[in-house]
Amino acid sequence: MTFAATLPRPPRRVLPGFGLSLGFTLAYLGLIVLIPLSAAFLKTAGMSWDEFVTAVASPRVLASYRLSFLASLAAGMVNMFFGLIVSWVLVRYTFPGRRIVDALVDLPFALPTAVAGIALTAIYSKNGWVGRWLEPHGIKVAFTELGVFVALTFIGLPFVVRTLQPVLLELEPEIEEAAASLGANRWDAITRVILPELFPALLTGFALAFARALGEYGSVVFISGNMPMRTEITPLLIITKLEQYDYRGATAIAVVMLVASFSMLLLINLLQKWSRRHHRI
Amino acid sequence: MATAIPSTLVVSPAPAGMTPRATHDPVWVRWTLTAVALLFLLFFLVLPLAAVFTEALRRGVGAYFAAVREPDALAAIRLTLLAAAIAVPSNLVFGVAAAWLIAKFQFRGKSLLTTLIDLPFAVSPVISGLIYVLVFGLQGWFGEWLLDHDIKIIFAVPGIVLATTFVTFPFVARELIPLMQAQGADEEYAAITLGANGWQTFWRVTLPNIKWGLLYGVILCNARAMGEFGAVSVVSGHIRGETNTMPLHVEILYNEYNFVAAFAVASLLALLAIVTLVLKALVEWRHAQSRQA
Amino acid sequence: MSIHASNIRKTFGAFTALDGVDLNVPRGKLVALLGPSGSGKTTLLRIIAGLEHADPGSGQIQFHGEDVTNVPAGERKVGFVFQHYALFRHMTVLENIAFGLRVRRRRDRPPADEITDRVHRLLKLVQLEGLDARYPSQLSGGQRQRVALARALAVEPKVLLLDEPFGALDAKVRKELRRWLRRFHDEIQLTTLFVTHDQEEALEIADEVVIMNQAKVEQVGTPQEVYDKPASPFVYQFLGNVNVLRGQVPEQVGVHQSRSATLIANGVVYVRPHDIELSPDVPGAAGAVAVIRYVHVAGPQARLSVELVQTRENVEAEISRTELTALGLGVGDLVRLRLRQSHSFDDDYAI
Repeated sequence: MTFAATLPRPPRRVLPGFGLSLGFTLAYLGLIVLIPLSAAFLKTAGMSWDEFVTAVASPRVLASYRLSFLASLAAGMVNMFFGLIVSWVLVRYTFPGRRIVDALVDLPFALPTAVAGIALTAIYSKNGWVGRWLEPHGIKVAFTELGVFVALTFIGLPFVVRTLQPVLLELEPEIEEAAASLGANRWDAITRVILPELFPALLTGFALAFARALGEYGSVVFISGNMPMRTEITPLLIITKLEQYDYRGATAIAVVMLVASFSMLLLINLLQKWSRRHHRI
Repeated sequence: MATAIPSTLVVSPAPAGMTPRATHDPVWVRWTLTAVALLFLLFFLVLPLAAVFTEALRRGVGAYFAAVREPDALAAIRLTLLAAAIAVPSNLVFGVAAAWLIAKFQFRGKSLLTTLIDLPFAVSPVISGLIYVLVFGLQGWFGEWLLDHDIKIIFAVPGIVLATTFVTFPFVARELIPLMQAQGADEEYAAITLGANGWQTFWRVTLPNIKWGLLYGVILCNARAMGEFGAVSVVSGHIRGETNTMPLHVEILYNEYNFVAAFAVASLLALLAIVTLVLKALVEWRHAQSRQA
Repeated sequence: MSIHASNIRKTFGAFTALDGVDLNVPRGKLVALLGPSGSGKTTLLRIIAGLEHADPGSGQIQFHGEDVTNVPAGERKVGFVFQHYALFRHMTVLENIAFGLRVRRRRDRPPADEITDRVHRLLKLVQLEGLDARYPSQLSGGQRQRVALARALAVEPKVLLLDEPFGALDAKVRKELRRWLRRFHDEIQLTTLFVTHDQEEALEIADEVVIMNQAKVEQVGTPQEVYDKPASPFVYQFLGNVNVLRGQVPEQVGVHQSRSATLIANGVVYVRPHDIELSPDVPGAAGAVAVIRYVHVAGPQARLSVELVQTRENVEAEISRTELTALGLGVGDLVRLRLRQSHSFDDDYAI
């Protein structure tokens, strides 16, 4: 037989465990993530085009896209602005309790969204700590679009800060000193040297916060009041359809959201690549 | 400092300490920015956290403890612990295997694999639950088969565990991958040339080097596993005392206008969040130390 | 134990790192693998250690005549010292050095106190006594280097392989340590192959130098052989400063060595700065006329830049400071230039 003549092939890899880790990684990834995710797409593939369009483009669904998109956008922008200030203050200044504040920034990552949801509702409702000051001025937050925006701002808060911090830390003081030595005043140095340097990271942080906000559910449902056409976010609509046993309708909306999320993921990856390349120079 | 001593003999035109350094902002700017940052954080972070505990204790300590000792609350705590106890170790093993694969070997499709591992982070929690309904639900791929064999996954504990595993899937892996990539493979190669086998290399060389990153990932993974709401909400079925996790129990109590009880259970989760933040800060500190030392 | 590698090929995608390389390291010798970065020397060293595998179907690695091509790295009895040492950062010096013994199977493992004894003997050997409880981060670069060496020696390897052993050290420590390595080698007599890109280092301590370039071996020989009789223009240029003279000039320059004048006249001549002889331009003197453009004096040597009057070519010359003073030469002076020793190659390619 020819087998006997085959020389023993040298092992291709010196470190052990390639086959084992590859096999386990792919199997686990497939079982937990890829196969279940593909179920959503396959389910939708079984729908007719008209059925699909009716499910994902009815006025109520369109209103939910609009709310989810605009509230996420607004929350992302606010986080971009305040995130820049917070990270600047945390990196550049020292004040008592700075380390505690720094650790606290991650609270939205650590606090379960349902807890955040009921807490924000308590604060911004008519009798709440903040709500009672706003209500007399005609500003209603809880159970309005503004409430959705507040919840999404909360959960997106750490993203911009945590993306900017390392970049700010690595930013060499020399470039500011160089700007100053070339006659730039502080404002010029910040707007023409520092901000452009931070821009890719700022945009990445915004995109991360925005993407997270699009899919957010737990913190929003309590404060939004869930009125159809007005304060109903897209994830909630999926739940509503599921409760009505409209699996196909729910899945169709889910597929639209998945496509949006994956596009965001792709965009974020590109942004990060850009950010890294930008930063290396 | 020598410049602190006033000298009448030397007239220095511009003492070095007086000129603002190019990288320093004027004092009023510093104060304003710090105040703005702290106010923003106060409104968005401190107030919600404080509200949880205030609301929980509104009717006094007695009502608080009654609410968290109530049988359905205890069942929810047990289920939450169980789900985390399965999901976290599974994702831990996965994270180590994936990081070993990606950091120590070169192969085609590596960057695609890295992206796929992050995928669950991009999926809305609600959809994370939905996809398991589509696979294991009554209308799903295996629905009939499971019904015939009397196995319940959706609206039962296995579904909750699966959904929890999905949403916490990337945590450990994404901590370890960059860490192990930065460390390179030289120490492992050195161990191999000294005659160590694969397991010895992993346990004695690799693991001690990644322990802080690993712990960090586990802490974050656990916080999310115990706090997940949207995904488990879809697969749970909300059966009191049976398929309610702590966050779901909070929701039920809240919707029943039982606010004190809702906030009491929520306060346990808030405590978990605080413990998580403290541990996280400690691990970051230790990690920085071990890298300096 | 001798090392013999024959016809080793290694490609990474479209890049050829080793193109059919042969290598011999005689038993007990200290051999340098010298070449510019990217020449394939580290790849060859790693293949010998078993940390990488040559392309399937390419040649063999033999240790003392025994084929080890398919023997895993851990069983080759090779001591390998990594460029950045790869010390286990969470282990003390003692634990690092003992590692190779402690991972052995129980029946091959020496008893605990014997391991400790051996570690202390090794620490003494590498002159690091008393540092056994330190962590790698608490050591200087030179000390880490010697810990890495002791760790490699602890498993009693049959050959020692070092990848750029002094590359990560500063200039002064590097010089001290390489002399120490030479004495150390004379003491332990272990077959040693080390990779370096520093010609001075290779020429100073190696018994034999293997010069690599672009995935191939250019020349093998003792330091004196490769320096005095370079096999190719590459080796000539790589092993020190060199002047490249083209065209008709050399005829007048007068080459002392017995090479045919015509060959030199048509080809390219390589000459080291210290092989150039300068003399004042007095009537009747031999050699080509040149003008001194620049004189740089630092240390015992003087470097002069002279321009050949006929061809306007620039030539670097190196003479002792005493000689410079004796000749009384300065910038702008005319001199006669002669070559003490030079080389030309039939196969002339540009570098």
